[in-house]
Amino acid sequence: MSIAVMTFRVRQAIGPVVDGPALVDPVPFSARYDLDRETGRISRAGHPLEGQSLAGKIILCPGVQGGVAAGWALLAMKALGHGLRGMVFQRVNPVIVQGAQAAGIPIAGGVDEEIFRHVQTGMTVRVDPVGKEVLILEA
Amino acid sequence: MLGGEQGEAVREALESQIAVGEFFGASRFVPVTQVHLTVDWEVMGAAGYAFLEHILDLGGKVAVPTTRNAKSVDLDHAHKLRQTRSLIDGERRTAELVRRLGVITVNTCIGYQSLYQPHFREHVAWGDTGAAIYANSVFGARTNFESGTAGLAASLTGRVPEYGFHLDETRRPNAYCRVEARLEDVADWGAVGSIIGEQHRDYWTVPLIDSVQANPSPDELKHLGAALASYGSMAMFHLADVTPEAPSIEAGLERDEIKKELTIDADQIETVLNGGQRHGEAVDIVVFTAPQLSLFELRELAKLLDGRRVHPNTTLIVTTNAMTKAAAAEEGYIAAVEGAGAVVLQGVCWYLMEPQRMRAEFGWSRLVVTNSAKLANIVKANGYEPMLRRTKDCVECAVEGRVVG
Repeated sequence: MSIAVMTFRVRQAIGPVVDGPALVDPVPFSARYDLDRETGRISRAGHPLEGQSLAGKIILCPGVQGGVAAGWALLAMKALGHGLRGMVFQRVNPVIVQGAQAAGIPIAGGVDEEIFRHVQTGMTVRVDPVGKEVLILEA
Repeated sequence: MLGGEQGEAVREALESQIAVGEFFGASRFVPVTQVHLTVDWEVMGAAGYAFLEHILDLGGKVAVPTTRNAKSVDLDHAHKLRQTRSLIDGERRTAELVRRLGVITVNTCIGYQSLYQPHFREHVAWGDTGAAIYANSVFGARTNFESGTAGLAASLTGRVPEYGFHLDETRRPNAYCRVEARLEDVADWGAVGSIIGEQHRDYWTVPLIDSVQANPSPDELKHLGAALASYGSMAMFHLADVTPEAPSIEAGLERDEIKKELTIDADQIETVLNGGQRHGEAVDIVVFTAPQLSLFELRELAKLLDGRRVHPNTTLIVTTNAMTKAAAAEEGYIAAVEGAGAVVLQGVCWYLMEPQRMRAEFGWSRLVVTNSAKLANIVKANGYEPMLRRTKDCVECAVEGRVVG
């Protein structure tokens, strides 16, 4: 059983409720140009998370970057078996939301920035689009 | 539509649009007159292909004129450029599939310069960031950045949820930039876009740009927009006294919505254009692309290259669309550019053509010289070290085979 230790409101969210390990990305997330879609790992040289796998993770990030191709990238990663489990942002753009919707990945925008003072990579988090919340869970 | 009277493909498309519309708080749909799609093998892969097959299996067919963006293979040059069999086959199959959906395979990111120019306040759904920012900013038309799946949904239903840049309130400036430099080339305008874009990196930032340089050409606005979209993920800019929705500077600055102000001077532009120096270093590859070249840009290149030869150790690549290439051939521009030893590709954009693999195949160094700020941004992810230069300097580098100018 999981108990919520901290709860944070989000302004916007769609998709199913999911739990998973957090991956905290300090720089704007580009699903197209930061990733190797074949391996599901961050491949951009000098990226703070270079080499880390996104498979099954819930990414938490202040913002997003990049163009139209990001939508296809999310779908391709999912099909190759290393799709994200969920996405949580402060600021989003349409493409990341459209791409998440098409790939069936829950996405939340407008998360309370306070969450970044508490969440750390590896913690278990829950994205609850129905309740418009993101929770940091304790096992 | 939701009841399936117009078919399963339309029903699924509308459901996806309702979900995205709900996310952004849209209260209604607006009809779109035209859709522009990014659907090429390199970008979407097998999963994207399967998605398109699924739509086709459900009986999907576009309801409004739908055009296709630049792709990754020009079949006339694929062998010479050593592109892989899987990429060539994938592109061929993708082209067949999207035609069956009713998509017009014009394969261009500059449809707004050669095909279709939406009017003021016209709602469209464009899935190329450089095209979308041009539509919003220069034409005063209305679009968000549309992913491939969302653009396809719009083409099936003929509508989009009304949010983002379809709404007046999103289109007002909320940042200001004064440009105190004379801008003499598309590369200068791209440099301005890169500086502003890097400062903000946010889709919802709409800069009001006040430039001492009046009367920019469509190609200069094209490179400004492409750079803002690439470096800043921005979908709209205002250029004072130029673009139709730009408020006067006084009115724009009075708004308390202006969150950030920036001044760009000539030194900053020169730093972007001469960053890294590297004078005398060998240049293996010079590229004019991102966006594809217009007829006027090909005319300029023809003038600069006429009677000259690209250095034997240097590859000069130019991309445009089929319509523009045909017109440029009629005028003799293609003969001049190709006669100098350049490769003119149609229907592609170079950064989609697996540039990392191409560099390995041909043994090029990491240095790539270009007049496109957008390309300079993107190819860093492909292991290149880009050098942004003015058009005439790029040509000199190609002819000399080393960094000059």
